Amino acid sequence: MADITTGTFGTGVSTVRWRAGLEKIAIPLGALVVSALLFSVFLLALGKNPLTFYALIWQGGFSSFFSIQNTLQRAAPLILTGLAFAVPATIGLTMIGAEGALVLGGFAAAAIAVPLVVAEAPVVLTMLIMVVFAMSAGAMLTMIAGWLRHARGVNETISSLLLTYIAVATMNFFVEGILRDPNSANKPSTVPIGDAYKVGAIPGTDVHWGLAAGLVLAVLLYFLMFRTTFGFAARVTGGNPRAALAQGLPVGKLILACAAISGACAGLAGYYEVAAIHGQANASLVAGYGFTGILVAFLARQNPLAIVPVAILFGALDASGGLIQRRMDLPDATIQVLQGLIFVVLLTSETLTGRIRFFQPGIGK
Amino acid sequence: MNTVAPLTAARGLALETVGMTKIFGSLVALDDVSISIKPGEFHALLGENGAGKSTLVKCIMGFYQPTKGALIVDGVKQTIATPSAARDAGIGMVYQHFTLVPCLTAAENMVISRSDVPVVINWAKEIKALEAFMDRMPFRVRLDVPVSSLSAGEKQKLEILKQLYLDQRFLILDEPTSVLTPAEADEILGLLHDMAKRGEITVLMITHKFREVTAFSDTVSVLRRGKMVGGGKVSEITIDEMSRMMIGETVIRKSAGRVADVKSKTHLELTAVYVDDNEGMPAVEAVDLRVHGGEIVGIAGVSGNGQSELVEALSGQRPLKDGRIFINGKPFEATRNDYDKFKVFGLPEEPLRNAAVRRMSVAENIALRSFDKPPVAGLGWWLKPSAMRAKATELIGTYRIKTPSPDTPIENLSGGNVQRAVLARELSGDVKVLIVANPCFGLDFASVAEIRAQIIDQRNRGAAVLLVSEDLDEILELSDRVAVMSGGRITHIAPIAQADRNTIGKYMAGH
Repeated sequence: MADITTGTFGTGVSTVRWRAGLEKIAIPLGALVVSALLFSVFLLALGKNPLTFYALIWQGGFSSFFSIQNTLQRAAPLILTGLAFAVPATIGLTMIGAEGALVLGGFAAAAIAVPLVVAEAPVVLTMLIMVVFAMSAGAMLTMIAGWLRHARGVNETISSLLLTYIAVATMNFFVEGILRDPNSANKPSTVPIGDAYKVGAIPGTDVHWGLAAGLVLAVLLYFLMFRTTFGFAARVTGGNPRAALAQGLPVGKLILACAAISGACAGLAGYYEVAAIHGQANASLVAGYGFTGILVAFLARQNPLAIVPVAILFGALDASGGLIQRRMDLPDATIQVLQGLIFVVLLTSETLTGRIRFFQPGIGK
Repeated sequence: MNTVAPLTAARGLALETVGMTKIFGSLVALDDVSISIKPGEFHALLGENGAGKSTLVKCIMGFYQPTKGALIVDGVKQTIATPSAARDAGIGMVYQHFTLVPCLTAAENMVISRSDVPVVINWAKEIKALEAFMDRMPFRVRLDVPVSSLSAGEKQKLEILKQLYLDQRFLILDEPTSVLTPAEADEILGLLHDMAKRGEITVLMITHKFREVTAFSDTVSVLRRGKMVGGGKVSEITIDEMSRMMIGETVIRKSAGRVADVKSKTHLELTAVYVDDNEGMPAVEAVDLRVHGGEIVGIAGVSGNGQSELVEALSGQRPLKDGRIFINGKPFEATRNDYDKFKVFGLPEEPLRNAAVRRMSVAENIALRSFDKPPVAGLGWWLKPSAMRAKATELIGTYRIKTPSPDTPIENLSGGNVQRAVLARELSGDVKVLIVANPCFGLDFASVAEIRAQIIDQRNRGAAVLLVSEDLDEILELSDRVAVMSGGRITHIAPIAQADRNTIGKYMAGH
């Protein structure tokens, strides 16, 4: 190699990486600020003080140990459903079926627990079986969408959404039918798994272990997507399927694998909803975590590590909802208005990528 | 055709640009360009890709507003703000690719392109008017069949007729012959040349083919890097001079000499290959072809005769419907294992579409072939970005890829440099079989020469090379044997020594 600088000119290498990295943070952050400003206008129109609103979010989400725990508790499923959107997004699939995979996973865990609890099976073994069932059930659901996409060219966004309805209907069918606990009069549910089989809190906190599972998976999936050949192949496929095929990459298998990871993450979130929160499967599982996860993943730009802080932010929004409702006399849906606004502004801001000169050193010289 | 009455009143327009300048950010795309075209002149605009030809035309057509400079049409200074203003001024453009609605008939296409289409169209009256119009034209196209059933040459004629029907007397043609067979190209340019000679129209034709300049144009302007570098009467300039003006001082790599009788054991064989297109219609039928090591087999043909489907099938982007591919007598499938086992590489057309991932970095794109093998992959699955960057930095040097850094997204590079990065990836190893498709489309002279030299080089080293190209000159320059593909079949095959342009042209046209 004669001279490695022959082909390069202009700005140094580190600057390029640094500025390109900055762009990934600056644009979503800017979108958040713009959404907050727009939402302030909305609040002013309602005759409310925006500053009070944001102060209450701080207070309800982060100001005390209690509120932080509350925030983290709500962030736990969002990390998992955020990952469920981000992994298939990397390979170019817009899968919005995490809600269905969560519900089906939670239901599968609750259903398999019924005979195990009756038989008084060992606790750890029961938990393990429940986890496996939850993750497999979720994975199966999303793999159907992945397979339809690859083998039949069916739009995975539509199919994953429709599969969500099927998943919810399936749960309802069993919960209101043969798996219904006779004692659940007003709200049809499966038989409770009982406190002995529930997942406890992380020592010293009230936050359940689902948060730890989310953190571990976020790190693992980050390494999987960015530091392994599997992740590289998935990113190539997501970036340009034609080039991936021309390189002989097993596109079909990669798509199925990413779909499976997606469903497994959401299914695991469903497991924790059952095993740590509700203790049984019922309509409460359909809480919208799967859909908020889409927003989380978008704001995190599909980066598994960035999903963690973003999920915590949305956990805080969720946690402060009650407080805002009481103190500001705003309806419960106010937070959803803010979330919707963030989503719209975020999608708009995506078009700025690559357009801002500062982040593109060395171009056009 | 001599009895054709001259067009009523309508005459070719004169057009002049004065100091036309267009600046995009820090890029000066067009720098003080003044050209003057007299009524009835056939003017060629010559230049490499990126020389500013399209920018100049887009300024004339109102797609861009020039940063500086003026446009004078028939002696009157005009400000063309939008393409419809250009139409009102009598300036029409025929694009490189068709802009007709395929499911409508020629008559319908022409009528709906008018700016004054009535709410209810009296078709009987319109057809009558169109027939009368056609009678005054030197060439005609059937009015009552859907455009999709017309040949490429007829479609191009229709595009031109449409402009004349709209009474556009200054015609801009953007590389009008790229979708035509040589015979069709000659016919259409000949007719336009005659019309211009009679003063009925004025023509400005963008081209990079010298032959079209010398055979049909009266005057020529040459652009290089946004600047006007020369021009004048075609009869007073030699091809050598034009070529020097276009290329400037750039050193063009001399093609490595063709080594005779390369010894190689490699051979690629296609037997009874069938491939379907996106609609499930047969695109490639019963193709049998054998390519030996140390040989380039060029497949010529008009775009859309199954070549791209064939290449896609060979490169795993499209399933084979039937037939087999063998390399050295062993069955080959377009999987990563077989690519590595048989050392099959490819230079596909439009690299950003087929061979590179836009958002990924130059280093990652260079690693597409090697990311799952040592030294980039440890343990078979763990990526080592440092090894990836080291390899990329080395290849960026040897292949002179101009990039701010190995970490720059490849979409930020120029077309030539993207192709160079692909070249570095595909040709830096041991190559036994090479599949090449339109490798030089849209590139500058220096890159074209470089890429062609590299292909010859691989051939000399014993690789079996299959070259598919829509550029007949490229096929004739590079190939040892020439095949012609028409209607999805190989209709003609001949050693280069026996190949002649006319015969090939006839087979390309499907005769």
